[in-house]
Amino acid sequence: MSKTISENVICTFCASGCDDLEITHNGRDISSARNGCAISVSRFTSTKQSRISRPLLRTKERLRETTYLKAIDRAARILNNARYPVLYGWSQTSSEAISKGIELAELVGGIIDNTTTSCHGPTILGVQDVGEATCTLGEVRHSADLVIYWGCNPIHSHPHHTTRFTIFSKGRFRKTRKDRKLVVVDVRRTDTAKLADRFIQIQPNTDYELLTALRAALKGEEIEQDSVAGVPLETVEELADMMADCEFGALFFGLGLTMSAGKHRNTEAALALVRDLNYVTKFAIIPMRGWFNVRGANEVSTWQTGYPYAVDLTQGYPRFNPGDTSAIDAFTRGEPDAALVVASDPVSHFPKAAARNLLGVPIVSVDPKRTPTTEASEVVIPSAIIGIETAGTIYRIDGVALEARKVIHPPPGIRSDVEILDAIIKRVKALRGRR
Amino acid sequence: MSRIEVTVISGRSLSQARSRELGKFSDEYARSVAICELDPEDMKELDSIDGQNVRVTTDFGEVIVRAVTSKQAPHRRVAFVPYGPWASMLFDPATHASGMPTLKGVKATVEKAADAKIATLQEITHMKAE
Repeated sequence: MSKTISENVICTFCASGCDDLEITHNGRDISSARNGCAISVSRFTSTKQSRISRPLLRTKERLRETTYLKAIDRAARILNNARYPVLYGWSQTSSEAISKGIELAELVGGIIDNTTTSCHGPTILGVQDVGEATCTLGEVRHSADLVIYWGCNPIHSHPHHTTRFTIFSKGRFRKTRKDRKLVVVDVRRTDTAKLADRFIQIQPNTDYELLTALRAALKGEEIEQDSVAGVPLETVEELADMMADCEFGALFFGLGLTMSAGKHRNTEAALALVRDLNYVTKFAIIPMRGWFNVRGANEVSTWQTGYPYAVDLTQGYPRFNPGDTSAIDAFTRGEPDAALVVASDPVSHFPKAAARNLLGVPIVSVDPKRTPTTEASEVVIPSAIIGIETAGTIYRIDGVALEARKVIHPPPGIRSDVEILDAIIKRVKALRGRR
Repeated sequence: MSRIEVTVISGRSLSQARSRELGKFSDEYARSVAICELDPEDMKELDSIDGQNVRVTTDFGEVIVRAVTSKQAPHRRVAFVPYGPWASMLFDPATHASGMPTLKGVKATVEKAADAKIATLQEITHMKAE
Protein backbone atom coordinates (compact mmCIF):
# COMPACT_ATOMS: atom_id res chain seq x y z
CA MET A 1 0.00 0.00 0.00
CA SER A 2 1.35 3.44 -0.86
CA LYS A 3 2.33 6.00 1.73
CA THR A 4 -0.05 8.85 2.47
CA ILE A 5 0.52 11.98 4.53
CA SER A 6 -2.53 13.21 6.42
CA GLU A 7 -2.19 16.86 7.42
CA ASN A 8 -3.85 18.94 10.13
CA VAL A 9 -4.73 15.85 12.13
CA ILE A 10 -6.10 16.54 15.62
CA CYS A 11 -4.25 14.93 18.50
CA THR A 12 -6.34 12.86 20.88
CA PHE A 13 -4.17 12.69 23.97
CA CYS A 14 -4.64 15.77 26.13
CA ALA A 15 -7.39 18.35 25.81
CA SER A 16 -5.22 21.01 24.13
CA GLY A 17 -6.68 19.84 20.82
CA CYS A 18 -3.49 20.43 18.78
CA ASP A 19 -4.67 20.28 15.17
CA ASP A 20 -1.44 20.53 13.21
CA LEU A 21 -0.19 16.94 13.21
CA GLU A 22 1.23 15.41 10.06
CA ILE A 23 0.78 11.65 10.04
CA THR A 24 2.50 9.39 7.53
CA HIS A 25 0.72 6.06 7.03
CA ASN A 26 -0.31 3.40 4.54
CA GLY A 27 -3.94 3.20 5.61
CA ARG A 28 -3.24 0.45 8.16
CA ASP A 29 -0.02 1.42 9.94
CA ILE A 30 1.45 4.76 10.98
CA SER A 31 5.14 5.13 10.19
CA SER A 32 5.71 8.62 11.56
CA ALA A 33 4.00 11.50 13.32
CA ARG A 34 5.29 15.08 13.01
CA ASN A 35 4.57 18.40 14.72
CA GLY A 36 3.15 16.76 17.83
CA CYS A 37 4.69 16.65 21.30
CA ALA A 38 6.57 13.60 22.59
CA ILE A 39 3.36 12.13 24.02
CA SER A 40 1.49 12.66 20.76
CA VAL A 41 4.23 10.95 18.74
CA SER A 42 4.17 8.02 21.16
CA ARG A 43 0.37 7.79 20.88
CA PHE A 44 0.23 7.83 17.08
CA THR A 45 3.16 5.48 16.52
CA SER A 46 2.15 2.93 19.18
CA THR A 47 -1.38 2.12 18.06
CA LYS A 48 -0.58 -1.57 17.59
CA GLN A 49 1.15 -2.03 20.93
CA SER A 50 -0.70 -3.74 23.76
CA ARG A 51 -3.86 -4.03 21.62
CA ILE A 52 -6.70 -6.38 22.36
CA SER A 53 -7.39 -8.17 19.10
CA ARG A 54 -10.57 -10.12 19.91
CA PRO A 55 -13.47 -9.85 22.38
CA LEU A 56 -12.80 -11.80 25.58
CA LEU A 57 -15.07 -13.60 28.04
CA ARG A 58 -14.06 -14.89 31.44
CA THR A 59 -14.71 -18.60 31.74
CA LYS A 60 -13.20 -20.83 34.42
CA GLU A 61 -11.15 -17.92 35.84
CA ARG A 62 -9.51 -17.12 32.50
CA LEU A 63 -10.21 -14.62 29.76
CA ARG A 64 -10.84 -16.51 26.52
CA GLU A 65 -11.47 -15.25 23.01
CA THR A 66 -15.05 -15.07 21.86
CA THR A 67 -17.22 -13.35 19.25
CA TYR A 68 -18.58 -9.79 19.44
CA LEU A 69 -22.09 -11.24 19.54
CA LYS A 70 -21.39 -13.36 22.64
CA ALA A 71 -19.47 -10.55 24.35
CA ILE A 72 -22.26 -8.04 23.71
CA ASP A 73 -24.83 -10.56 25.01
CA ARG A 74 -22.89 -11.17 28.26
CA ALA A 75 -22.30 -7.42 28.73
CA ALA A 76 -26.01 -6.70 28.25
CA ARG A 77 -27.01 -9.46 30.71
CA ILE A 78 -24.58 -8.21 33.39
CA LEU A 79 -25.91 -4.66 33.12
CA ASN A 80 -29.54 -5.75 32.81
CA ASN A 81 -29.33 -7.94 35.91
CA ALA A 82 -27.52 -5.32 38.00
CA ARG A 83 -29.38 -3.46 40.72
CA TYR A 84 -26.93 -0.53 40.88
CA PRO A 85 -24.40 -0.53 38.02
CA VAL A 86 -21.78 2.16 37.51
CA LEU A 87 -21.00 3.23 33.95
CA TYR A 88 -17.60 4.87 34.21
CA GLY A 89 -14.86 6.41 32.05
CA TRP A 90 -15.91 8.36 28.94
CA SER A 91 -13.13 10.96 28.75
CA GLN A 92 -11.15 9.12 26.08
CA THR A 93 -13.99 8.46 23.71
CA SER A 94 -16.13 10.54 21.37
CA SER A 95 -19.07 12.71 22.36
CA GLU A 96 -21.24 10.46 20.19
CA ALA A 97 -20.19 7.43 22.28
CA ILE A 98 -20.82 9.34 25.53
CA SER A 99 -24.33 10.11 24.28
CA LYS A 100 -24.91 6.39 23.71
CA GLY A 101 -23.55 5.69 27.21
CA ILE A 102 -26.13 8.00 28.76
CA GLU A 103 -28.88 6.31 26.75
CA LEU A 104 -27.68 2.98 28.17
CA ALA A 105 -27.57 4.39 31.71
CA GLU A 106 -31.15 5.62 31.37
CA LEU A 107 -32.09 2.09 30.36
CA VAL A 108 -30.30 0.12 33.10
CA GLY A 109 -30.29 2.73 35.90
CA GLY A 110 -27.41 3.23 38.31
CA ILE A 111 -24.66 5.83 38.06
CA ILE A 112 -23.02 7.27 34.98
CA ASP A 113 -19.84 9.09 35.95
CA ASN A 114 -16.89 10.29 33.92
CA THR A 115 -13.25 10.75 34.92
CA THR A 116 -13.99 14.40 35.77
CA THR A 117 -14.88 12.90 39.11
CA SER A 118 -11.17 12.25 39.75
CA CYS A 119 -9.69 15.33 38.06
CA HIS A 120 -11.63 18.59 37.68
CA GLY A 121 -14.86 17.62 39.46
CA PRO A 122 -14.09 20.23 42.16
CA THR A 123 -13.61 22.79 39.38
CA ILE A 124 -17.14 22.21 38.15
CA LEU A 125 -18.48 22.55 41.70
CA GLY A 126 -16.60 25.84 41.96
CA VAL A 127 -18.01 27.08 38.65
CA GLN A 128 -21.53 26.18 39.80
CA ASP A 129 -21.03 28.32 42.91
CA VAL A 130 -19.04 31.27 41.56
CA GLY A 131 -19.34 31.32 37.75
CA GLU A 132 -16.45 31.46 35.31
CA ALA A 133 -14.88 34.44 33.51
CA THR A 134 -13.50 32.59 30.54
CA CYS A 135 -12.44 32.88 26.90
CA THR A 136 -11.08 30.69 24.12
CA LEU A 137 -7.43 29.70 23.82
CA GLY A 138 -7.30 31.80 20.65
CA GLU A 139 -8.04 34.93 22.66
CA VAL A 140 -5.23 34.05 25.07
CA ARG A 141 -2.85 33.49 22.15
CA HIS A 142 -3.66 36.83 20.54
CA SER A 143 -4.13 39.09 23.54
CA ALA A 144 -2.83 37.79 26.89
CA ASP A 145 0.15 39.72 28.25
CA LEU A 146 0.13 37.89 31.60
CA VAL A 147 -0.11 34.11 31.84
CA ILE A 148 -0.31 32.29 35.16
CA TYR A 149 0.04 28.52 35.53
CA TRP A 150 -1.14 27.57 39.02
CA GLY A 151 -0.82 24.01 40.28
CA CYS A 152 -0.17 22.64 36.80
CA ASN A 153 2.90 21.64 34.85
CA PRO A 154 2.00 21.88 31.15
CA ILE A 155 5.53 21.12 29.96
CA HIS A 156 4.74 17.57 31.15
CA SER A 157 0.94 17.36 30.98
CA HIS A 158 0.09 19.56 27.94
CA PRO A 159 3.49 19.90 26.26
CA HIS A 160 2.45 22.20 23.38
CA HIS A 161 0.23 24.48 25.45
CA THR A 162 2.98 27.08 25.83
CA THR A 163 3.93 27.03 22.15
CA ARG A 164 0.43 27.08 20.68
CA PHE A 165 -1.48 29.26 23.12
CA THR A 166 0.66 31.13 25.61
CA ILE A 167 4.22 32.39 26.10
CA PHE A 168 5.88 30.96 22.98
CA SER A 169 2.92 31.45 20.63
CA LYS A 170 2.80 34.22 18.04
CA GLY A 171 -0.46 36.06 18.48
CA ARG A 172 -1.92 39.04 16.67
CA PHE A 173 -1.19 41.51 19.48
CA ARG A 174 1.44 39.56 21.47
CA LYS A 175 4.01 38.37 19.01
CA THR A 176 7.07 37.35 21.03
CA ARG A 177 8.06 35.98 24.42
CA LYS A 178 8.97 39.52 25.52
CA ASP A 179 5.35 40.62 25.04
CA ARG A 180 4.15 38.34 27.82
CA LYS A 181 4.94 37.68 31.45
CA LEU A 182 4.70 34.19 32.89
CA VAL A 183 4.03 33.47 36.57
CA VAL A 184 4.06 29.91 37.90
CA VAL A 185 2.68 28.97 41.32
CA ASP A 186 3.57 25.46 42.44
CA VAL A 187 4.94 23.37 45.29
CA ARG A 188 7.87 22.21 43.12
CA ARG A 189 10.17 24.14 40.80
CA THR A 190 8.74 22.31 37.82
CA ASP A 191 10.01 22.39 34.25
CA THR A 192 7.25 24.93 33.58
CA ALA A 193 8.40 27.02 36.55
CA LYS A 194 11.89 27.17 35.03
CA LEU A 195 10.41 29.18 32.13
CA ALA A 196 8.70 31.69 34.40
CA ASP A 197 9.49 35.36 34.86
CA ARG A 198 8.25 34.87 38.41
CA PHE A 199 8.08 31.53 40.23
CA ILE A 200 6.17 31.47 43.49
CA GLN A 201 6.77 28.33 45.51
CA ILE A 202 4.06 27.58 48.03
CA GLN A 203 3.68 25.00 50.76
CA PRO A 204 1.48 21.98 49.96
CA ASN A 205 -2.23 22.36 50.80
CA THR A 206 -2.08 26.16 51.12
CA ASP A 207 -3.46 27.31 47.77
CA TYR A 208 -6.67 28.55 49.37
CA GLU A 209 -4.77 30.81 51.75
CA LEU A 210 -2.71 32.40 48.98
CA LEU A 211 -5.71 32.88 46.66
CA THR A 212 -7.66 34.51 49.47
CA ALA A 213 -4.71 36.75 50.38
CA LEU A 214 -4.43 37.84 46.74
CA ARG A 215 -8.12 38.78 46.76
CA ALA A 216 -7.57 40.80 49.91
CA ALA A 217 -4.45 42.51 48.51
CA LEU A 218 -6.31 43.34 45.31
CA LYS A 219 -8.97 45.11 47.34
CA GLY A 220 -6.32 47.03 49.25
CA GLU A 221 -7.07 45.31 52.52
CA GLU A 222 -4.39 44.96 55.14
CA ILE A 223 -2.99 41.45 55.61
CA GLU A 224 -1.79 41.07 59.17
CA GLN A 225 0.84 38.41 58.49
CA ASP A 226 4.44 38.40 57.31
CA SER A 227 3.87 35.53 54.93
CA VAL A 228 1.01 33.51 53.48
CA ALA A 229 1.38 29.89 52.29
CA GLY A 230 5.14 30.25 52.79
CA VAL A 231 5.20 33.28 50.46
CA PRO A 232 6.43 36.64 51.84
CA LEU A 233 3.69 39.25 52.04
CA GLU A 234 5.70 41.54 49.77
CA THR A 235 5.58 38.90 47.01
CA VAL A 236 1.84 38.44 47.50
CA GLU A 237 1.31 42.18 47.02
CA GLU A 238 3.61 42.29 44.01
CA LEU A 239 1.69 39.46 42.36
CA ALA A 240 -1.63 41.19 43.08
CA ASP A 241 -0.23 44.35 41.44
CA MET A 242 1.04 42.38 38.43
CA MET A 243 -2.41 40.88 37.95
CA ALA A 244 -4.22 44.19 38.30
CA ASP A 245 -1.78 46.03 36.02
CA CYS A 246 -1.88 43.64 33.04
CA GLU A 247 -4.03 44.37 30.00
CA PHE A 248 -5.34 40.82 29.58
CA GLY A 249 -4.45 38.06 32.00
CA ALA A 250 -5.09 34.33 31.75
CA LEU A 251 -4.99 32.03 34.77
CA PHE A 252 -4.63 28.35 33.95
CA PHE A 253 -4.95 25.99 36.89
CA GLY A 254 -4.50 22.28 37.33
CA LEU A 255 -5.00 19.45 39.73
CA GLY A 256 -2.77 21.17 42.26
CA LEU A 257 -5.96 22.96 43.26
CA THR A 258 -8.52 20.19 42.84
CA MET A 259 -6.62 17.29 44.41
CA SER A 260 -5.21 19.11 47.47
CA ALA A 261 -6.87 19.97 50.74
CA GLY A 262 -9.71 22.37 50.07
CA LYS A 263 -10.59 20.91 46.66
CA HIS A 264 -13.68 22.79 45.41
CA ARG A 265 -13.03 25.58 47.93
CA ASN A 266 -9.66 26.15 46.20
CA THR A 267 -11.27 26.37 42.77
CA GLU A 268 -13.97 28.68 44.13
CA ALA A 269 -11.25 30.99 45.47
CA ALA A 270 -9.42 31.00 42.10
CA LEU A 271 -12.64 31.68 40.19
CA ALA A 272 -13.57 34.45 42.63
CA LEU A 273 -10.10 36.02 42.29
CA VAL A 274 -10.50 36.21 38.52
CA ARG A 275 -14.03 37.57 38.91
CA ASP A 276 -12.61 40.31 41.18
CA LEU A 277 -9.82 41.06 38.69
CA ASN A 278 -12.38 41.83 36.01
CA TYR A 279 -13.41 44.92 37.99
CA VAL A 280 -9.97 46.40 37.32
CA THR A 281 -8.74 44.74 34.09
CA LYS A 282 -9.58 41.89 31.72
CA PHE A 283 -8.81 38.42 33.05
CA ALA A 284 -9.86 34.89 32.15
CA ILE A 285 -9.56 31.54 33.94
CA ILE A 286 -9.33 28.17 32.20
CA PRO A 287 -8.86 24.79 33.92
CA MET A 288 -6.18 22.58 32.37
CA ARG A 289 -8.43 19.64 31.55
CA GLY A 290 -6.56 16.37 31.06
CA TRP A 291 -7.95 13.78 28.66
CA PHE A 292 -8.86 14.83 25.14
CA ASN A 293 -12.61 14.64 25.64
CA VAL A 294 -13.12 14.95 29.38
CA ARG A 295 -14.68 18.34 28.71
CA GLY A 296 -16.93 16.67 26.12
CA ALA A 297 -18.06 14.18 28.75
CA ASN A 298 -19.27 17.13 30.85
CA GLU A 299 -20.92 18.86 27.89
CA VAL A 300 -22.81 15.78 26.70
CA SER A 301 -23.80 14.71 30.20
CA THR A 302 -25.07 18.23 30.94
CA TRP A 303 -27.19 18.59 27.86
CA GLN A 304 -28.68 15.09 28.18
CA THR A 305 -29.17 14.81 31.96
CA GLY A 306 -28.77 18.36 33.25
CA TYR A 307 -25.61 17.46 35.21
CA PRO A 308 -21.94 17.27 34.18
CA TYR A 309 -20.79 14.13 36.03
CA ALA A 310 -21.76 11.78 38.89
CA VAL A 311 -25.31 11.34 37.62
CA ASP A 312 -27.53 8.75 39.31
CA LEU A 313 -30.42 7.50 37.16
CA THR A 314 -31.63 4.77 39.51
CA GLN A 315 -34.88 6.56 40.33
CA GLY A 316 -35.72 7.01 36.65
CA TYR A 317 -34.70 10.68 36.72
CA PRO A 318 -31.24 12.25 37.05
CA ARG A 319 -29.78 13.08 40.48
CA PHE A 320 -26.46 14.85 41.03
CA ASN A 321 -24.91 14.74 44.46
CA PRO A 322 -21.12 14.27 44.40
CA GLY A 323 -20.00 12.32 47.43
CA ASP A 324 -23.16 10.25 47.09
CA THR A 325 -23.62 9.69 43.35
CA SER A 326 -19.92 9.79 42.38
CA ALA A 327 -18.22 6.56 41.27
CA ILE A 328 -15.34 6.52 43.77
CA ASP A 329 -17.61 7.24 46.74
CA ALA A 330 -20.14 4.62 45.65
CA PHE A 331 -17.42 1.99 45.23
CA THR A 332 -15.73 2.95 48.50
CA ARG A 333 -19.06 2.25 50.22
CA GLY A 334 -19.37 -1.02 48.27
CA GLU A 335 -22.80 -0.23 46.81
CA PRO A 336 -22.49 -0.97 43.05
CA ASP A 337 -22.99 -4.54 41.83
CA ALA A 338 -21.63 -4.20 38.27
CA ALA A 339 -19.49 -1.85 36.21
CA LEU A 340 -19.20 -0.84 32.58
CA VAL A 341 -15.84 0.84 32.00
CA VAL A 342 -15.36 2.64 28.70
CA ALA A 343 -11.87 3.90 27.82
CA SER A 344 -10.54 4.12 31.34
CA ASP A 345 -8.52 2.16 33.88
CA PRO A 346 -10.09 2.61 37.33
CA VAL A 347 -8.50 -0.57 38.75
CA SER A 348 -5.15 1.20 38.37
CA HIS A 349 -6.20 4.67 39.42
CA PHE A 350 -8.92 4.37 42.06
CA PRO A 351 -7.66 4.49 45.64
CA LYS A 352 -7.35 1.04 47.18
CA ALA A 353 -10.61 1.16 49.16
CA ALA A 354 -12.64 1.90 46.01
CA ALA A 355 -10.65 -0.43 43.74
CA ARG A 356 -11.18 -3.33 46.16
CA ASN A 357 -14.95 -3.14 45.78
CA LEU A 358 -14.73 -2.54 42.04
CA LEU A 359 -12.72 -5.76 41.76
CA GLY A 360 -15.52 -7.55 43.62
CA VAL A 361 -18.17 -6.92 40.94
CA PRO A 362 -18.46 -8.10 37.32
CA ILE A 363 -16.74 -5.57 35.05
CA VAL A 364 -17.47 -5.04 31.35
CA SER A 365 -14.56 -3.22 29.68
CA VAL A 366 -14.56 -1.43 26.35
CA ASP A 367 -10.99 -0.40 25.53
CA PRO A 368 -8.51 -0.59 22.65
CA LYS A 369 -5.61 -1.69 24.87
CA ARG A 370 -4.83 -4.06 27.74
CA THR A 371 -4.96 -2.51 31.19
CA PRO A 372 -5.29 -3.88 34.74
CA THR A 373 -9.03 -3.14 34.40
CA THR A 374 -9.43 -5.22 31.23
CA GLU A 375 -7.43 -8.02 32.86
CA ALA A 376 -9.86 -8.05 35.81
CA SER A 377 -13.01 -7.92 33.65
CA GLU A 378 -15.70 -10.51 32.97
CA VAL A 379 -16.15 -9.19 29.44
CA VAL A 380 -13.63 -7.27 27.34
CA ILE A 381 -14.75 -5.66 24.10
CA PRO A 382 -11.91 -4.18 22.02
CA SER A 383 -12.55 -0.86 20.32
CA ALA A 384 -11.09 1.48 17.72
CA ILE A 385 -8.94 4.42 18.85
CA ILE A 386 -10.79 7.76 18.57
CA GLY A 387 -9.11 10.30 16.31
CA ILE A 388 -6.84 7.67 14.76
CA GLU A 389 -9.01 4.70 13.70
CA THR A 390 -12.45 6.26 13.97
CA ALA A 391 -13.85 9.80 13.85
CA GLY A 392 -15.72 11.63 16.57
CA THR A 393 -16.51 14.97 18.18
CA ILE A 394 -14.23 16.07 21.03
CA TYR A 395 -14.11 19.22 23.18
CA ARG A 396 -10.97 21.23 23.76
CA ILE A 397 -9.98 22.63 27.18
CA ASP A 398 -11.87 25.87 26.43
CA GLY A 399 -15.07 24.17 25.24
CA VAL A 400 -14.42 24.48 21.51
CA ALA A 401 -15.81 21.42 19.71
CA LEU A 402 -13.47 19.72 17.21
CA GLU A 403 -14.05 16.90 14.74
CA ALA A 404 -11.34 14.30 15.35
CA ARG A 405 -10.71 12.38 12.12
CA LYS A 406 -10.15 8.79 11.15
CA VAL A 407 -6.58 8.48 9.82
CA ILE A 408 -6.07 4.73 9.43
CA HIS A 409 -8.36 1.70 9.47
CA PRO A 410 -8.72 -0.11 12.79
CA PRO A 411 -7.33 -3.65 13.02
CA PRO A 412 -9.58 -6.15 11.20
CA GLY A 413 -12.92 -6.70 12.93
CA ILE A 414 -12.45 -3.98 15.56
CA ARG A 415 -15.52 -1.79 16.06
CA SER A 416 -16.01 1.75 17.32
CA ASP A 417 -17.27 2.60 20.83
CA VAL A 418 -20.50 3.91 19.26
CA GLU A 419 -21.16 0.61 17.46
CA ILE A 420 -20.38 -1.42 20.60
CA LEU A 421 -22.59 0.68 22.89
CA ASP A 422 -25.39 0.71 20.33
CA ALA A 423 -25.25 -3.10 20.17
CA ILE A 424 -25.37 -3.36 24.00
CA ILE A 425 -28.38 -0.99 24.11
CA LYS A 426 -30.22 -3.07 21.50
CA ARG A 427 -29.47 -6.29 23.38
CA VAL A 428 -30.63 -4.83 26.74
CA LYS A 429 -33.84 -3.68 25.08
CA ALA A 430 -34.35 -7.13 23.58
CA LEU A 431 -33.82 -8.75 27.01
CA ARG A 432 -36.47 -6.41 28.41
CA GLY A 433 -38.85 -7.09 25.53
CA ARG A 434 -38.59 -3.51 24.33
CA ARG A 435 -37.94 -2.24 20.84
CA MET B 1 18.78 8.96 58.40
CA SER B 2 16.92 5.92 57.12
CA ARG B 3 13.48 7.53 57.17
CA ILE B 4 12.06 10.99 56.44
CA GLU B 5 8.66 12.62 56.81
CA VAL B 6 7.26 14.10 53.61
CA THR B 7 4.11 15.35 51.94
CA VAL B 8 3.40 13.12 48.95
CA ILE B 9 1.82 14.42 45.77
CA SER B 10 0.90 12.66 42.53
CA GLY B 11 0.73 14.06 39.02
CA ARG B 12 1.38 13.70 35.33
CA SER B 13 4.92 13.28 34.02
CA LEU B 14 6.06 13.29 30.42
CA SER B 15 7.58 9.82 30.61
CA GLN B 16 4.48 8.45 32.38
CA ALA B 17 2.26 9.70 29.57
CA ARG B 18 4.56 8.51 26.78
CA SER B 19 5.06 5.05 28.24
CA ARG B 20 1.34 4.66 28.91
CA GLU B 21 0.84 4.75 25.15
CA LEU B 22 3.25 1.82 24.82
CA GLY B 23 1.02 -0.15 27.18
CA LYS B 24 0.37 -0.35 30.89
CA PHE B 25 2.17 -3.70 31.04
CA SER B 26 5.29 -2.40 29.28
CA ASP B 27 8.61 -2.22 31.13
CA GLU B 28 8.84 1.46 30.16
CA TYR B 29 5.59 2.20 32.01
CA ALA B 30 6.76 0.54 35.22
CA ARG B 31 10.15 2.29 34.97
CA SER B 32 8.42 5.66 34.54
CA VAL B 33 5.67 5.28 37.10
CA ALA B 34 6.88 3.07 39.95
CA ILE B 35 9.14 5.85 41.21
CA CYS B 36 9.33 8.49 43.90
CA GLU B 37 11.04 11.76 42.98
CA LEU B 38 12.79 13.30 45.98
CA ASP B 39 14.51 16.63 46.44
CA PRO B 40 18.32 16.19 46.21
CA GLU B 41 18.77 17.35 49.81
CA ASP B 42 16.13 14.88 51.01
CA MET B 43 17.90 12.13 49.09
CA LYS B 44 21.10 13.01 50.95
CA GLU B 45 19.31 13.12 54.26
CA LEU B 46 17.78 9.72 53.56
CA ASP B 47 21.26 8.53 52.66
CA SER B 48 19.72 7.05 49.52
CA ILE B 49 20.95 6.95 45.95
CA ASP B 50 19.26 7.06 42.57
CA GLY B 51 17.64 3.77 41.71
CA GLN B 52 17.51 2.42 45.25
CA ASN B 53 14.11 1.16 46.34
CA VAL B 54 12.20 2.99 49.05
CA ARG B 55 9.00 2.29 50.96
CA VAL B 56 6.43 5.09 50.93
CA THR B 57 3.83 4.79 53.68
CA THR B 58 0.70 6.83 54.35
CA ASP B 59 -2.31 6.29 56.60
CA PHE B 60 -3.98 4.64 53.62
CA GLY B 61 -1.37 2.20 52.37
CA GLU B 62 2.22 1.61 51.43
CA VAL B 63 4.16 0.83 48.29
CA ILE B 64 7.70 0.06 47.25
CA VAL B 65 9.02 2.28 44.47
CA ARG B 66 12.37 3.41 43.07
CA ALA B 67 13.88 6.60 44.47
CA VAL B 68 14.85 9.16 41.86
CA THR B 69 16.62 12.48 42.44
CA SER B 70 14.21 15.15 41.28
CA LYS B 71 15.13 17.36 38.36
CA GLN B 72 12.26 19.68 39.28
CA ALA B 73 13.71 20.78 42.58
CA PRO B 74 13.83 22.32 45.08
CA HIS B 75 10.86 20.81 46.84
CA ARG B 76 12.11 19.94 50.28
CA ARG B 77 9.97 17.33 52.04
CA VAL B 78 7.64 16.98 49.08
CA ALA B 79 7.78 13.58 47.35
CA PHE B 80 6.35 13.16 43.84
CA VAL B 81 4.94 9.79 42.72
CA PRO B 82 3.50 9.89 39.15
CA TYR B 83 -0.14 8.94 38.60
CA GLY B 84 -0.57 5.23 38.27
CA PRO B 85 -1.24 1.96 40.02
CA TRP B 86 1.62 2.37 42.50
CA ALA B 87 0.64 5.90 43.54
CA SER B 88 -2.99 4.91 43.95
CA MET B 89 -1.99 2.62 46.84
CA LEU B 90 -1.13 5.69 48.92
CA PHE B 91 -4.06 8.03 48.74
CA ASP B 92 -7.11 8.91 50.76
CA PRO B 93 -10.38 7.73 49.16
CA ALA B 94 -12.36 10.40 51.05
CA THR B 95 -13.74 12.92 48.56
CA HIS B 96 -15.27 15.40 51.02
CA ALA B 97 -18.46 15.44 48.96
CA SER B 98 -16.67 16.40 45.76
CA GLY B 99 -16.23 12.97 44.12
CA MET B 100 -12.48 13.63 44.05
CA PRO B 101 -10.16 11.62 46.30
CA THR B 102 -7.15 13.37 47.85
CA LEU B 103 -4.30 12.55 45.47
CA LYS B 104 -2.03 15.40 46.53
CA GLY B 105 -0.84 16.67 49.87
CA VAL B 106 -0.96 13.51 51.95
CA LYS B 107 1.47 13.04 54.87
CA ALA B 108 3.84 10.13 54.31
CA THR B 109 7.12 8.61 55.37
CA VAL B 110 9.82 7.51 52.97
CA GLU B 111 12.31 4.92 54.19
CA LYS B 112 15.09 3.01 52.57
CA ALA B 113 14.06 -0.45 51.43
CA ALA B 114 16.91 -1.42 49.13
CA ASP B 115 16.17 -5.13 49.34
CA ALA B 116 12.39 -4.87 48.94
CA LYS B 117 10.91 -5.71 45.56
CA ILE B 118 8.71 -3.40 43.50
CA ALA B 119 5.34 -5.10 42.96
CA THR B 120 4.30 -5.90 39.39
CA LEU B 121 1.03 -4.55 38.02
CA GLN B 122 -0.60 -7.94 38.55
CA GLU B 123 0.61 -7.94 42.16
CA ILE B 124 -0.73 -4.41 42.69
CA THR B 125 -4.17 -5.52 41.42
CA HIS B 126 -3.98 -8.52 43.75
CA MET B 127 -3.06 -6.27 46.70
CA LYS B 128 -5.96 -3.96 45.89
CA ALA B 129 -8.40 -6.88 45.83
CA GLU B 130 -7.40 -8.03 49.33
